[in-house]
Amino acid sequence: MELKSNVPEGPLADKWDNHRFSSKLVNPANRRKYKAIVVGTGLAGASASATLAEQGYEVSTFCIQDSPRRAHSIAAQGGINAAKNYQNDGDSIQRLFYDTIKGGDFRSREANVYRLAQVSNNIIDQCVAQGVPFAREYGGTLANRSFGGAQVSRTFYARGQTGQQLLLGAYSALSRQIKAGKVTMHTRQEMMELVLVDGTARGIVTRDIISGKLTSHSADVVILATGGYGNAYFLSTNAMASNVTAAWRAHRKGAGFANPCFVQIHPTCIPVHGSYQSKLTLMSESLRNDGRVWVPEKPGDTRKPASIPEDERDYYLENKYPSFGNLVPRDVASRNAKEQCDAGKGVGSTHLAVYLDFAEAIRRDGEATILKKYGNLFQMYEKITDSNPLHEPMMIYPAVHYTMGGLWVDYNLMTTIPGLFAIGECNFSDHGANRLGASALMQGLADGYFIIGTTIANYLGSTNMEAVDADHPQFQDAEKQVQNRIAKLLQSSEGGPEGKLTVDEIHKELGLLLWDHCGMARDKKGLEKALTELPAIQEKFWKHVYIPGTGEELNQSLERAGRLADFLEFAEIMIRDALAREESCGCHLREESQTEENEARRDDINYSHVAVWEYQGTKKEPILHKEELSFENVTPSQRSYK
Amino acid sequence: MLPPAREVTNNRDLTMITKSIDISLEIWRQKDSKATGDFETYTLQNISTDMSFLEMLDVLNENLTREGRDPVAFDHDCREGICGMCGAVINGIAHGPEPETTLCQLHMRHFNSGDTLVIEPFRSRAFPIMKDLITDRSALDRVIQAGGYVSVNTGGTPDGNAIPIPSATAELAMDAASCIGCGACVASCPNGAAMLFSGAKISQLSLLPQGQPERKERAMAMVTVMDKEGFGNCTNERECEAVCPKGISIRNIAIMNKEYVKASLLG
Repeated sequence: MELKSNVPEGPLADKWDNHRFSSKLVNPANRRKYKAIVVGTGLAGASASATLAEQGYEVSTFCIQDSPRRAHSIAAQGGINAAKNYQNDGDSIQRLFYDTIKGGDFRSREANVYRLAQVSNNIIDQCVAQGVPFAREYGGTLANRSFGGAQVSRTFYARGQTGQQLLLGAYSALSRQIKAGKVTMHTRQEMMELVLVDGTARGIVTRDIISGKLTSHSADVVILATGGYGNAYFLSTNAMASNVTAAWRAHRKGAGFANPCFVQIHPTCIPVHGSYQSKLTLMSESLRNDGRVWVPEKPGDTRKPASIPEDERDYYLENKYPSFGNLVPRDVASRNAKEQCDAGKGVGSTHLAVYLDFAEAIRRDGEATILKKYGNLFQMYEKITDSNPLHEPMMIYPAVHYTMGGLWVDYNLMTTIPGLFAIGECNFSDHGANRLGASALMQGLADGYFIIGTTIANYLGSTNMEAVDADHPQFQDAEKQVQNRIAKLLQSSEGGPEGKLTVDEIHKELGLLLWDHCGMARDKKGLEKALTELPAIQEKFWKHVYIPGTGEELNQSLERAGRLADFLEFAEIMIRDALAREESCGCHLREESQTEENEARRDDINYSHVAVWEYQGTKKEPILHKEELSFENVTPSQRSYK
Repeated sequence: MLPPAREVTNNRDLTMITKSIDISLEIWRQKDSKATGDFETYTLQNISTDMSFLEMLDVLNENLTREGRDPVAFDHDCREGICGMCGAVINGIAHGPEPETTLCQLHMRHFNSGDTLVIEPFRSRAFPIMKDLITDRSALDRVIQAGGYVSVNTGGTPDGNAIPIPSATAELAMDAASCIGCGACVASCPNGAAMLFSGAKISQLSLLPQGQPERKERAMAMVTVMDKEGFGNCTNERECEAVCPKGISIRNIAIMNKEYVKASLLG
């Protein structure tokens, strides 16, 4: 596997310009002859579909939900970053670039991150033009707030529903192209297989969720925008249908998978409350702008929060990190919450929670101001927990939220399979070992609106391709494989449910294994244990899972089983990756590699690289490749938020 | 170094200190879009009142699966009340008894032991039932495709601050824009109207300067498609507003009517 990053020549600030100039173009009249498949309709997929269709390509777009308006980008609350410097507080493209690369603990590619900061401003202009109702100042200009780990106010927001509004903006652009006949929209379809012809990506096989029918779709390029793999842990803040299947199927066909162990565990989520729990709910970290995080100073203190006097509280983030306080990056905040709970200072019935307290902000600014900022979040919290944050502190605990790892892509966002592109959370490109708040929306839209159009034209303009349609033998083979796989999934169910396990029971077991050993803190012993225990869970799945019904109907148990089967295979490279990276960086804390102050200790001499895994076949050890990272414009430093 | 790692707990060994209840369920079961459906009765014991409604259905489905019976198919995705995928009618009310709450955000603490819950899909002429509680709401997408957007291509847009928008206007637009497209308004309307849904989008864009150039065409096109898709008309029952999980006001229907009348009379 060759990892050619294809980063353009020239000074950092000119690279994207130079690249656009040197990229091949496709004549507008010829674009309609090319067909693109886009899988996924989150921010990245919807914006890419709309943009490519506007440019004249024939686009086929697929989503798993009943409508392209529902992908999980919609749940992003806090906001979207851009380097507009509207607040005149010293922001710039350079600063957004630097913050993002530093926030990612120097494990991302300079050129990609710089480009992201460059196009960030265009995204805001685009969304405003679409009618996205961003928050405004009284004078009518766009409002900003500071957000998760940034010392400037560069975050644009629409109440606590920024992801929803941006997604509906992209969905509206997509709807316009559906109406124009330039995008053929396929809803309730699950991508089951990627199809290669002569080593290049030429299409996919999908399963219709309603009828179970398999269909082949051919194209000239395939773009995966299928999000992250956080649901490997069973409990995460991801939507229930979010899965790794599309990316994993591509990996099995030769796409390198980069940094699979980089999983963001978000500090402000509603704590787990019961074994029936199906998912975790994020509370936007914008809450940390006004909320103060604390635990009782004395371990095992079970008094109600209001009965604990100020001098018996430990505002541990403010005490430990005086300059960033409650606004330290997510990985730092999460680890510290775990540390407090491990030391017996956790609160609530499970002792796996810390307080996030608004009392002081309410005294300072008044209830009305606080409600204006966080009203919908308070309401959501109260609905779930039956407790009102105006009257008692919220309880929060970290939860799996976002995956920085993903399919390896070059500067053109192309994977190691020619013609297969990956955008948004699905790729690994911009966030290194930790993503900063309000950067996921930025990246999804940057990839979809402003990058993929250029790089796809370059690929199509410089590649000679033969016409391939869905009758090609490779598609027939792929459909056959999918059929066999579904039959294999259903095999263990033939004798009825006696002595069998449900899909969720096995998924929970996988989730616990990963959470215990490949979660917020990892060590060699635990990771090796996980690697030893994983095959037993895999075997249990294939031998003992019970799936009611057939493959030729709407069968939600079968859908979940197919996704779990891929998570079970994928988990292996997550664990192997965490094991191979014997340093701490960003979200990845190896217990063996810490500073004296318990901060992540990076090892730039040995691990300043992207770890890229190559599939070798079932039961064969995958091969680890490395893309060395070089820093010409920033000097990697030990992150300090003190 | 960190203190020695205590066994990290995910979702096991949690001491349950909350109440639990026993309930009966009468759920609409329908094999596919062609089959005739009917209600089936189930009982559940020891349902924690901290569970969400959908988690309660998960428990039912796990039980059914273990008994070798077909689990209840229902749509759901984010389980945070924002994607608009979930929804069912509970005892005659779309999304259940709590105001401004989607089904996934409804918790079992709002029910009592011994209650019988009748659970049906979002029924409407424009929403054919696909299986059990799953309906086809794609007609709503087609209403948006008719004109629920600003016709702007990617690139070449003016600076975000080029056109000031008063904060109050942006807030009103945001009120309308917060629609999640769940279809509860349609399911609860005796006429099966999608006017709250369509009105919300038409209002949002008619309030904002970006929506002005296509204001008339948008109102005409969206209303036309709404009718074509089999949605009914508004007779001021206000059922839609009462069940809307995002609290969208029927003022948006008035705005839509005004936009439509202006467009059709004044051209």
